[in-house]
Amino acid sequence: MKKIKVGLGTCGLSAGGELIYNKFKEEIKEKNIDAELCETGCMGMCYEEALVEIEDENESYLYSKVSVDKVGRIVNEHLLNNQPVKNWIIRSKDICTEESFLKYQTKIVLRNCGVIDPTSIAEYIARGGYEAIKNVLKNYSSEEVIEVITKSGLRGRGGAGFLTGIKWKLGLAEKSEKKYIICNADEGDPGAFMDRSVLEGDPHSVLEGMMIAAYAIGSDEGFIYVRAEYPLAIKRLRIALRQIREKGFLGKNIFGTNFNFDVSIKEGAGAFVCGEETALMASIEGRRGIPRLRPPFPSQKGLWGKPTNINNVETYANVPWIILNGWQKYLELGTEKSKGTKVFALAGKIKRTGLVEVPMGITINEIVYKIGGGIKGNKKFKAVQIGGPSGGCIPASMGDLKIDYDEITSTGAIMGSGGLIVLDETTCMVDLAKYFLNFTQLESCGKCTFCRIGTKRMLEILERITEGNGKAGDIELLEDLANKIRSASLCGLGQTAPNPVLTTIKYFREEYDAHIVNKKCPAHNCPSLITYKVVDELCKGCRVCIKACPTGAITGKLKEVHVIDYDLCNRCGKCYDACRLNAIIKD
Amino acid sequence: MEDEIVEEEKLIQHFKVDLINKRHQVGSLIPLLQSAQDSYGYIPEKIIYYISELVNIPPADIYGVITFFAQFRLKPAGKNLIRICEGTACHVNGAKTVLSVLQDELGISKDETTDDGNFTLVSVACLGCCSLAPIMMINDETFGNLNADKIKKALKKFYIEEKLLVET
Ligand SMILES: Cc1cc2nc3c(=O)[nH]c(=O)nc-3n(C[C@H](O)[C@H](O)[C@H](O)COP(=O)(O)O)c2cc1C
Ligand code: FES
Repeated sequence: MKKIKVGLGTCGLSAGGELIYNKFKEEIKEKNIDAELCETGCMGMCYEEALVEIEDENESYLYSKVSVDKVGRIVNEHLLNNQPVKNWIIRSKDICTEESFLKYQTKIVLRNCGVIDPTSIAEYIARGGYEAIKNVLKNYSSEEVIEVITKSGLRGRGGAGFLTGIKWKLGLAEKSEKKYIICNADEGDPGAFMDRSVLEGDPHSVLEGMMIAAYAIGSDEGFIYVRAEYPLAIKRLRIALRQIREKGFLGKNIFGTNFNFDVSIKEGAGAFVCGEETALMASIEGRRGIPRLRPPFPSQKGLWGKPTNINNVETYANVPWIILNGWQKYLELGTEKSKGTKVFALAGKIKRTGLVEVPMGITINEIVYKIGGGIKGNKKFKAVQIGGPSGGCIPASMGDLKIDYDEITSTGAIMGSGGLIVLDETTCMVDLAKYFLNFTQLESCGKCTFCRIGTKRMLEILERITEGNGKAGDIELLEDLANKIRSASLCGLGQTAPNPVLTTIKYFREEYDAHIVNKKCPAHNCPSLITYKVVDELCKGCRVCIKACPTGAITGKLKEVHVIDYDLCNRCGKCYDACRLNAIIKD
Repeated sequence: MEDEIVEEEKLIQHFKVDLINKRHQVGSLIPLLQSAQDSYGYIPEKIIYYISELVNIPPADIYGVITFFAQFRLKPAGKNLIRICEGTACHVNGAKTVLSVLQDELGISKDETTDDGNFTLVSVACLGCCSLAPIMMINDETFGNLNADKIKKALKKFYIEEKLLVET
């Protein structure tokens, strides 16, 4: 019997996956075909969505860019007549158009994503699911679990890279009747979607990881804090929780032992700072999400004052794999101080955007060119932005840099949670720095003066630079403010907020100078610094731009070269977009 | 005046039923607020007082929590909610143009509602489909790889659907 899997992660859904799923359902029923239809999570190749995989006993065929009107042909030729539609297939036994996308990846966290039906616990179990917790409960003491995780070298994937084994050890050492486990699925970094994809595609692996952590530190209650913007992840988690409760994997005396554990979901309410652990706990307690001073660390005094272990989604998803495959296997991957793999959300000006999992130690160039297929539209690779609003920009000239916590920190950026945005020559670095600062400034909870007001002042400076009013000394002023904000902020938000500005100054200072001194934006991105010009040789006098111009700044007769009046031009660029002859250029 | 009181009573009754249906744990403020917003599309003032009694937290503190989190609104939203993505991938792929086209077309800025009550425009940081940047969502439908034409088409579709609804 054939099995049809439709990719229904958020990426698949937004590419029309649901309509495609329904169409298959209809056709199968109508034509009475003996085939099983199911959904699956993100397969990683978001650039090829919508994706449909058809499996039989021997082979699997992956169809890309499927649309509703392609379904009929796939059904008729492939399902009814056993003739796969070769032209639409990107991966099968003898076709692989996306080899380089897959070849450099190693899947641990994403081992089941896009492979299994996330709403089927049977499929998770069939792939070794819940074996790790069973094994742990039967054969390991708390200390032994912690030893395995410590030896594996697993570091927290939420951003800072703290050693997970050490964190658990601190949790175990606390004496308390009540301890909590929290899974941080707030994923606030704009442009990152790793945790979401894992929760949507393989929720059980995260829950299993949490159970193992609970056993290790001696906790009986857990929470998953999920962003409200992730309705599908929440839905899949609910289903998964119901399934394991029914099976008795959650609750009392799990697997016949005296281990008790239960998990509930807490929905975030839209605040970036709530990704910070102490703010997150305040928000679960029903208060404003304002971070507090550490120590005491959550492992000592966390949720409702009780010892609490908090880890990221990806961190937990690694745990069952490490238990089942052994820490030695995990150590084989990665660099000296960063072990295992890292999931990245690859996006921006790159050909293949999607979700990738790579061994630590891979270089930036390998990710951009080999996996990502290079830059879109034959533009030039300029930099990658890593770590979101707390991270920074690493220039293309450092493309041989190895992805590793310490190497990345040495550039002034941070590994962060895994957002990797590729930038090309049309991205203005000053504008990008302004973008991130605008974000952190809005998201600052307001507790620390430097973070609240300092970021505002920095933003104002960046605004005036991009508007052509930059002054000599502005760069130094930015650096000065940056250092003060860094040292006078209580939590990671403020401490890292200046990173995007500092790294762009460090690697792209000439771009700042161009804005401040020459009043030009080399990337032609900042509206106030662009002058639109008519190329006389190309202008045919068609009046299209005259109609598009909202201020009446362009004049000229039909079939005569048009002229822009710079006193009236508001630099909106509508003429540039409207002209089909490329007769208007940006300077 | 009396009508108003009756309305308010109804509002609270409705919310109570809702909470029972959802088997709510009393005592957790944020889920309560989320329920209220689910029911009404915003958090009515009366409900704040009601929740205050339920959880024994002063209304001023609840107001503080509401205004802290971006998800909560104190005013009703329009019939259709347009969410534009201002995440990093969308930003470098032209989210600003999307915003300016929408502003021109609808005649409103961010966080405003059109006079006819049809559209409310808000921005969010990353809708999680960065591969299709720039993105917007109208209600639950996602629109990707946007340009001015696609945006206008998407809006038109909603206007037409609205009209049909009125006529039938
Ligand atoms: C402003 C700020 C935002 C954060 N956002 C997140 C987040 O979205 N997800 C996450 O897992 N950790 C986030 N963190 C890190 C957490 O505070 C915490 O270190 C992490 O959840 C620990 O898990 P780990 O050890 O598995 O990395 C954030 C930290 C700061 C300062
Ligand atoms: S940045 Fe817009 S969807 Fe992620």
